[in-house]
Amino acid sequence: MHELSIARNVVEIADDIVREARAKRCTVVRVRVGVLSGVAPEALAFCYEAAARGTRLEGSRLVVDSAPLVLRCPMCTRETEVPDVQLACPTCGTATADLTGGRELTVESVEVV
Amino acid sequence: MTPRILEIRENVLKKNDGLAAELRARFRAAGVFVVNVVSGPGSGKTQLLERTLTAFTVMGLRPAALVGDPETDNDARRLARSGVPVRQIRTHGICHLDAGMVGSHVADWDLTGFDFLFIENVGNLVCTTSYDLGEDLRIILLAVTEGEDKPLKYPGLFNSADAAVVSKCDLAAVCEFDGAAARTNLHAVRPGLPILEVSGKTGTGIDDWVKFLVGRRRSAFESDRGEPCVSRSATW
Repeated sequence: MHELSIARNVVEIADDIVREARAKRCTVVRVRVGVLSGVAPEALAFCYEAAARGTRLEGSRLVVDSAPLVLRCPMCTRETEVPDVQLACPTCGTATADLTGGRELTVESVEVV
Repeated sequence: MTPRILEIRENVLKKNDGLAAELRARFRAAGVFVVNVVSGPGSGKTQLLERTLTAFTVMGLRPAALVGDPETDNDARRLARSGVPVRQIRTHGICHLDAGMVGSHVADWDLTGFDFLFIENVGNLVCTTSYDLGEDLRIILLAVTEGEDKPLKYPGLFNSADAAVVSKCDLAAVCEFDGAAARTNLHAVRPGLPILEVSGKTGTGIDDWVKFLVGRRRSAFESDRGEPCVSRSATW
């Protein structure tokens, strides 16, 4: 369970932006979490409220967008989204560890008023 | 007031990754090859490292180790019996090591005195995934006692590894461990992953493991002399 430290990092990054924008308050923080990032979206949302307490983000809502696994096939060079962690090209079946998506862990945007 | 949306697109772990990049440059400049050893609790990391540190010392190499646990310095005391420099990182409940913890524990170490630094991570198959420690190599252990399907259950960490060590092989028959299924599962979540088999207890496979590490260190330092590696997060 490391989502509390992840939530604190999210708050730190977003809080800086809100401060720089001289916004009154923040209503939404949007993050992108890859399915292989090792972060559970529900746990992150749970920890976010506690991490935001006492900051400019207090009372804001965390929206977690899940980033799917995307493979780049070395044979047919196609980039394909795959539903499961079975790392083979759905078109030609070649096994590959070349991921172009699925490990993301980013703060995408904040909504402020 | 109308709400405004401010785009950020920033890596959540940028602070950790920045520290890891600094560590990686420092390790590389000192000539030390760093191995981050991850696994679930009780899969034989400490026993493998006891064997490894002793074997390296006999070969005239100069290893050192950092070991992370939520509490106690039991593992550091075990590893220190090999006679090499060892430090315990007590995380006080935190489930993973991060680059800051590693940095503060190596700050006053003269790294030029080491060829290898082993970092035994906290036993955890999820939380250790996201934290780059500045390592050259991430090794994951899969003990035969854990079952063949662990890679499928914890794909994030297994996918992030550079090689897997199937440990406690002396117990394979008793546990009815299906080695072929384990290899299939490891390769399902990380195609091409090198797999080694060892028993820390009997010493089986240790020679191959040692050769593997020495070879990896050699190619790392031959391929890009003086140049720091690309950070783990930047490769994704």
